[in-house]
Amino acid sequence: MQKSLQTQAGAGAAPPGRRFLLKGGIAATGATLLGAAAARAAAQPDAPPAAPPADPDWSRSLGPGVDDRPYGQPSHFEKDVIRRNVPWLTAGTQSSVSFTPLQHQDGIITANGLFFERYHAGRPTVDPAQHRLMIHGMVDRPLLLDIEDLRRFPSESRIHFIECPANGGMEWRGAQLNSLQFTHGMIGCAEWTGVRLSTLFGETGIKPGAAWVLAEGADGAHMDRSIPLAKCLDDCMVIYGQNGEALRPEQGYPMRLLVPGWQGNINVKWLRRLQIGTQPWFTREETAQYTESMPDGMARAFTWAIYAKSVVTFPCPERPMKGAGLYEIRGLAWSGNGRISRVDISTDGGITWRPATLQPPVLSKALTRFTAEWRWDGKPAMVQSRAVDETGFVQPTIAQLRAIRGTSPIYNNNSIQTWQVKADGSVFNVQLS
Amino acid sequence: MSSFPDRTTAALVIALGVLGAVRAIAGGTQAAAPPDAQTAATQHADLAAIAPVSKGEDELVGHYGYGAVPTAQQIEGWSIAVQPDGTGLPPGHGSVSQGADIFASQCAACHGTFGEGEGRYPKLASDSKLTDEHPVKAVGNFWPYATTVWDYINRAMPFPAPHSLSPDEVYAVTAYVLNLNNLVGDDFVADRTTLPKVVMPNRFGFILRDPRPDTHDVACMSDCRKPSDIHITSSAEHVGLTPRTTGPLDEMEPK
Repeated sequence: MQKSLQTQAGAGAAPPGRRFLLKGGIAATGATLLGAAAARAAAQPDAPPAAPPADPDWSRSLGPGVDDRPYGQPSHFEKDVIRRNVPWLTAGTQSSVSFTPLQHQDGIITANGLFFERYHAGRPTVDPAQHRLMIHGMVDRPLLLDIEDLRRFPSESRIHFIECPANGGMEWRGAQLNSLQFTHGMIGCAEWTGVRLSTLFGETGIKPGAAWVLAEGADGAHMDRSIPLAKCLDDCMVIYGQNGEALRPEQGYPMRLLVPGWQGNINVKWLRRLQIGTQPWFTREETAQYTESMPDGMARAFTWAIYAKSVVTFPCPERPMKGAGLYEIRGLAWSGNGRISRVDISTDGGITWRPATLQPPVLSKALTRFTAEWRWDGKPAMVQSRAVDETGFVQPTIAQLRAIRGTSPIYNNNSIQTWQVKADGSVFNVQLS
Repeated sequence: MSSFPDRTTAALVIALGVLGAVRAIAGGTQAAAPPDAQTAATQHADLAAIAPVSKGEDELVGHYGYGAVPTAQQIEGWSIAVQPDGTGLPPGHGSVSQGADIFASQCAACHGTFGEGEGRYPKLASDSKLTDEHPVKAVGNFWPYATTVWDYINRAMPFPAPHSLSPDEVYAVTAYVLNLNNLVGDDFVADRTTLPKVVMPNRFGFILRDPRPDTHDVACMSDCRKPSDIHITSSAEHVGLTPRTTGPLDEMEPK
């Protein structure tokens, strides 16, 4: 404490700082440093930033106090690190998507303000005092819960990713978007806190013969999906906490469903109703949307699980190479079917592969970080990552997926991403034969 | 599992979708038996088996006692979901001509007067075949049920004022949309008995059991491909569709 006060005084502290200093009984020292700093500044007015004495303005002034930002913000130097959308993709912004800037995500947790958004009717402003969750249908005792009721139940916290199945959906016909944010940013990973559905369904009881659950949101779309009861009882939760604070409005405040490892839209936001029945409801969002058209005209529906997937986050189009030398390739891998068991790296377009290092924690149905040392010789390269999960499933190439599923599925593109590194270090999104 | 059922077996696939879906959960990535190997009897038995009643050892119904038990009126008021067989449809009715008027004032701004879609808003009617290079998926050529059309219009439309139409108005708009798709005649009146009977051409166009994994790679480590076999098939370098990723949000115009 004393040392930092001296530094501030040396930079020419404003009166409040001086007063604080005097109370601390170190005024003489401060005054000496003040004189020395002034002398240095006069001697080297144009000193480059890193040159001695390396004491920039912020080290010679008093910063704002603890009441300046009651709710913190990132440094304004990080102002480019924001969610971004693709204006041409949708008719408007209310039924659209914004993308997480994965090129700037350090670690497995996505910051709450950067977690991708997918709305079907805009972001509702839900008053928690008026919001209710109803559980009814084939139950012994239907239930109406407000947020305070929900918070009283036994709670759990779990780290899971949520990915929109349309992530990478613009790439089925070919490489379109030259950006990691836009090719892979419909994903985020958070620590979610809430109540297991098995707890809530234990409280309501479930009648024999029940097999499906309809989850419905309080947004204008009244977004709804059918979920097998077995999945609900396995690991689904009703969430009210996100990374240590209340669920963000973008993520369904005051409560959302969490369906670990399954496509994002099933994790119904602004959750208001759970109806238990015997059959799926075949809602618009599980028939007309979120189904994958195959070359023969049939459409795959109920393809819920996110299969193993990975992407290199450095280098990427937004984060190019800067000259030959030693680099750490970095990336993220995930699987909706369990833990990532390994990730391999290729820098020659898939001719040779070597294992990357998985960085703990390696959690089931969560983003997993991987790294690999790479001494780049400055020659053109093709950088890829390939995830394998604990089921043994190996992430496929886009050519393989297209051979089976054609070019119109939109959803569930979990293919290997290729980043073309040119000799000048620039990086481009390409697809290989 | 890369072959697809033809349309004659699609009904069975639909019926077994429930079963396969839950098996996929129970068995991880294990593919379930092909649909034609299933019988109605085993299907029924398996359905019972996958409907576990998990009250837990210590958990009794009402154990915590939190919250309230909703009244029958509350439950009825909240229950807007309509099932494919029409369960959940309210009383009321609406004709094609009534729907045309409502559609013109409430829907056409986005969907076009005849469901052709304005800008990037969804087309509601299309002659596209689902096997086309760029299939346009609309109501007549893609939706499996007329009842769920009613459900979606009721819960989510009109886009700027969702769930603001009366049941009669939703019936009328549904009738008009079905008529636009040549699925019902001009004199059609939609109600809770007529909608479930509308024959939807793509009723059996969905595969309800996840066929994945449909790739079965092994993680090759060296000499995995011949260098001469690798070439770039597409690049995003000059496509020009990428919004900027620095500075303010891009407002690039739709292409």
